[in-house]
Amino acid sequence: MRTSLKWIKDLVPGIRDMGPQEYMDAMTLSGSKGEFFTEMDKNLDKIVIGVIDKIEKHPDADHLVICQVNVGAGEDMQIVTGAPNVFKGAMVPVVLDGGRVAGGHDGSTPPENGIKIKKGKLRGVVSNGMMCSIEELGSSRDMYPDAPENGIYIFRGRDDLKPGDDAVKALGLDDAIVEYEITSNRVDCFSIIGIAREAAATFGSPLQLPVVDKTGNDEDVNDFIKVEVKDPDLCPRYTARVCRNIKIGPSPEWMQRRLAAQGIRPINNIVDITNYVMEEFGQPMHAYDLSTIDGGKIIVRRAQDGEKYTTLDGQEHILDSSVLMICDDKEPIGIAGIMGGENSMITNDVEAVLFEAACFNGTNIRLSGKKLGMHTDAQAKFEKGLDPNLASQAIDRACQLVELLGCGEVVGGMVDVYPAPKKPWDIPFQPDRINHLLGTDISPEQMIRYFEKIDLSYDKERNVVKIPTFRQDLLGCADLAEEAARFYGYANIPETLPSGQTTSGGISFEERVNNAAKETARFCGFSEAMTFSFESPKVFDRLNLDADDPLRRAITIANPQGEDYSIMRTLPLNGILQSLSRNYNRRNKDVRLFEMARIYLAEELPPTDYPDERTQFTLGFYGKGDFYTMKGVCEEFLERVGMKDIVTYDPQAGKNYLHPGRQAAIIYDGETIGYLGEVHPDVCDAYDIRTRVYIAVIDMPKIYAKASFDRLFTGIAKHPAVSRDISMVVPRQILAGQIEEVIRENGGHILEGYALFDIYEGEQIKEGYKSLAYTITFRANDRTLEDKEVNVVMDRILFGLEKLGIELRK
Amino acid sequence: MNEKLQKIKEDALEKIRTAQDMNALNDIRVSVLGKKGVLTEIMKSMKTIPPKDRPAFGKLVNSTREEIEANMEQMKKDLAQRARKLQLRSEVIDVTLPAKRNSLGHLHPNSIALEEVERIFVGMGYEVIDGPEIEKDYYNFEALNIPANHPAKDEQDTFYITKDLLLRTQTSGVQVHTMEKEKLPIRMIAPGRVFRADELDATHSPVFHQIEGLVIDKNVTFADLKGTLAEFARQLFGEGTRVKFRPHHFPFTEPSAEMDVTCFKCGGKGCRVCKGEGWIEILGCGMVHPHVLEMSGIDPNEYQGFAFGVGLERIAMLKYEIDDMHNMYENDIRFLKQF
Repeated sequence: MRTSLKWIKDLVPGIRDMGPQEYMDAMTLSGSKGEFFTEMDKNLDKIVIGVIDKIEKHPDADHLVICQVNVGAGEDMQIVTGAPNVFKGAMVPVVLDGGRVAGGHDGSTPPENGIKIKKGKLRGVVSNGMMCSIEELGSSRDMYPDAPENGIYIFRGRDDLKPGDDAVKALGLDDAIVEYEITSNRVDCFSIIGIAREAAATFGSPLQLPVVDKTGNDEDVNDFIKVEVKDPDLCPRYTARVCRNIKIGPSPEWMQRRLAAQGIRPINNIVDITNYVMEEFGQPMHAYDLSTIDGGKIIVRRAQDGEKYTTLDGQEHILDSSVLMICDDKEPIGIAGIMGGENSMITNDVEAVLFEAACFNGTNIRLSGKKLGMHTDAQAKFEKGLDPNLASQAIDRACQLVELLGCGEVVGGMVDVYPAPKKPWDIPFQPDRINHLLGTDISPEQMIRYFEKIDLSYDKERNVVKIPTFRQDLLGCADLAEEAARFYGYANIPETLPSGQTTSGGISFEERVNNAAKETARFCGFSEAMTFSFESPKVFDRLNLDADDPLRRAITIANPQGEDYSIMRTLPLNGILQSLSRNYNRRNKDVRLFEMARIYLAEELPPTDYPDERTQFTLGFYGKGDFYTMKGVCEEFLERVGMKDIVTYDPQAGKNYLHPGRQAAIIYDGETIGYLGEVHPDVCDAYDIRTRVYIAVIDMPKIYAKASFDRLFTGIAKHPAVSRDISMVVPRQILAGQIEEVIRENGGHILEGYALFDIYEGEQIKEGYKSLAYTITFRANDRTLEDKEVNVVMDRILFGLEKLGIELRK
Repeated sequence: MNEKLQKIKEDALEKIRTAQDMNALNDIRVSVLGKKGVLTEIMKSMKTIPPKDRPAFGKLVNSTREEIEANMEQMKKDLAQRARKLQLRSEVIDVTLPAKRNSLGHLHPNSIALEEVERIFVGMGYEVIDGPEIEKDYYNFEALNIPANHPAKDEQDTFYITKDLLLRTQTSGVQVHTMEKEKLPIRMIAPGRVFRADELDATHSPVFHQIEGLVIDKNVTFADLKGTLAEFARQLFGEGTRVKFRPHHFPFTEPSAEMDVTCFKCGGKGCRVCKGEGWIEILGCGMVHPHVLEMSGIDPNEYQGFAFGVGLERIAMLKYEIDDMHNMYENDIRFLKQF
């Protein structure tokens, strides 16, 4: 919403001298948020009315003339100009020496601070100032239709002006346009009157609304037009009036200026009146050529499916029965609330006009506009859901303006189809409750004064506040509380902290675990990435997933922003790999990233209930480090969250996107809790990463079930440990994990630990074998172990190892 | 004999005084005090001394030995000290050579900002609550007073999965879940991802984060809302931060407000960060709409409360002066390392 500040001041004369900044700030604090303002005269300086007294040819230039201009300074001012349209006696805007104009006369984008004008010589002849075109004054022919296409703006019929007067004021450019962010609940504020009402209340200054007199001759509108509304649910009210003997012409200066300030191009008196009333009251209006309405009848009905119609912008639309149409006896003459038709448009030789001011169902207009791909000013207003009581006020105002402008004769009476008139309603006045909600101590009398400022009246007898129909947003006590708070001033409400029962607060166990994961990752050199939750279905191909992989069964977004963002991820790798790729291709070295975010799995597609959102702890890196580096990070994390039992690794993880010989499922407590591995070189190629990449993914819900932050001290061993080294020749396919399993299974309760200290493959070791060496440590808590005891256990271990085909190296 | 003893002593003390290292000192000990040392030898010659002189001579030998030993001990200390000094002198390093660092990783600025926000509210007794990112239409809209066909539904450009399931456009739905499930009174914040159909540009992203807040109790007022959020702003942006509440509209709160804070960069004078306004819009808030309470099964005649919603990216980007949203989701290590 934008308003001319001057127009607002005309309705609220008490703020006549207020600057736009002060105005906007105060309006913002009372609820009509000002976004910015534009001063139309920002770069206009020392511009006065001048009258050309004399014109001579320039001695040395065919296209220049020398003018003597009366600028009210006693002596004429000499100005040289190339403009073709000047004549003796012309009244023009003149910028004096040292003044400023907004832009050049070609209408190109004006410079930020305008253009300074100084006296000088043009082809040797002194010129003491400049006569201005409308473009130089920062406006355009769109807004000043009377300005010439090429040349100086000439005032016509302005007997109110004399040389030396302020030309900026004379042109109505002494105005500021304020742009507001009006919230959707304040439908009434999408109008000059609505904003003026707020301004009057904000500044405590009286509101002077236009007085709409009764208009019309002795004729009866019902003799000219009948109205039938077939779908009253989509059209709660339809009013129509008729004006005859129409004389189309330009609208008066004052109306053109107000429309121009609102950003609306003046066209002709009738169109301008409908636009003017729409701005003033917020009620869109339409003018039909009465002679085009067949059978003298308006029928408001739904379109037929497949019906075609051409609107006045020349566009043809194919309609369906959800779109409401304004029709005559024969055919449609306009799309209700959106745009009139080519066939009923008023032309310059119109004799009689039918004014329409109606109220349409906002939702229906919104959906129709969407369906037809149309965005008109009228539609934008109807969409918000207008007050049906506005229609009659607006149509009477339009007729009043027709009389005022002398552009037609108003026929008496109004056709008003309004089967269920909307009436004001009451809200019980509960000042204590309002104060209790706000935490204030505003007196009931004060509250009532605030209400009355915005036309809410208080009925003392029934102790209710009467709500006018234009305030559809006021329904209950909380709404009244906001009205009271707005004018009491949000700033004057105290700042306190909640009293009452204290609460302990804190984060959930799951978040603690997540934080521990993030902390571990960070300590291991991984930085936190954040990537999108949706991606392209092509990701599955890039990740080498089988055609029938269940992970391809992703939840699909019905209205995505293109295919790239069309499915909810079912595995978290794409985000990390893309991020690593971006880093790699930006030549960042040794990059380690992690992400803590969700994947989305659904039992059935499309899902009918909440899908399974699983938080995944995903790590990835390239550069320094290998598979075992990543394995170490996973184990650090598990230990950090108290998962200190044995972690085992199954090389048969079955992940197509990982190197077939370098991947493992991470198994804890008999359950797979995640996986890690080197990314398959094909996948690296697909992501354009020309180096080895390692990833790990941990399924956090599994961790939440097993993690614990409880710790228990088990004592520090008092008795010495006994350690034995064994060196083995092992068939290559045997995994270290299998050897360790044998040690664990046979070590009994005196086994304290074991550590691989050498691994070797190559010369000196027979083909198909590798050499591994472990230190195994034993300890008892209650005594010093004896060799005999240890030997028994060692024999058991060695026997177990032999069964795997392992030989002891001597 | 006495002269001989005297000579031994003088020789020994002289040698000790000039000893250059522990080895030399050790040699002296062996040659003087050792089993075959000169002093031991002289003790052995005791029998050549008349018996009556023996005690006196014995005493003299012993005192000589003690004196030599004491000198030797002192010299040992001196030598050790000298050696330590030499060692330290030889071990001087260039402390300006580069450090050997464990390269720690860095948290995302969103996470750092969230940690700050959580710290502040947890300190005030708020519980941090999680909610689903794929949400039912009811929780995202209807239960928040945004019925079907409400224009607010359009404004938010929702991503739909089905007619009833969508990607949540706001964390406000967690309010409803919490009111339905939790015991009263409620003090909670709910951070999380939200989704809106905005193109990724310098200030928008289709995926971003919000933090919702909700307090429900019998006597919670708009003044409490102001006090709480002003305290939040001071803790987050610094003690001198001032706040301004402007009337606004949200379907699920009434009265509603937006809160501005004085620009923490310029303190309110106007700068690039606040676009010259001195104030920065930070969050939306309001008193929970009675109808919303009612729909969630809370009696609005007994309970009331406030709710607020903050954009996490907005806070992180303002606080750390990040000028382009792209940075937040590109994960360039040169960006992440700065936090």
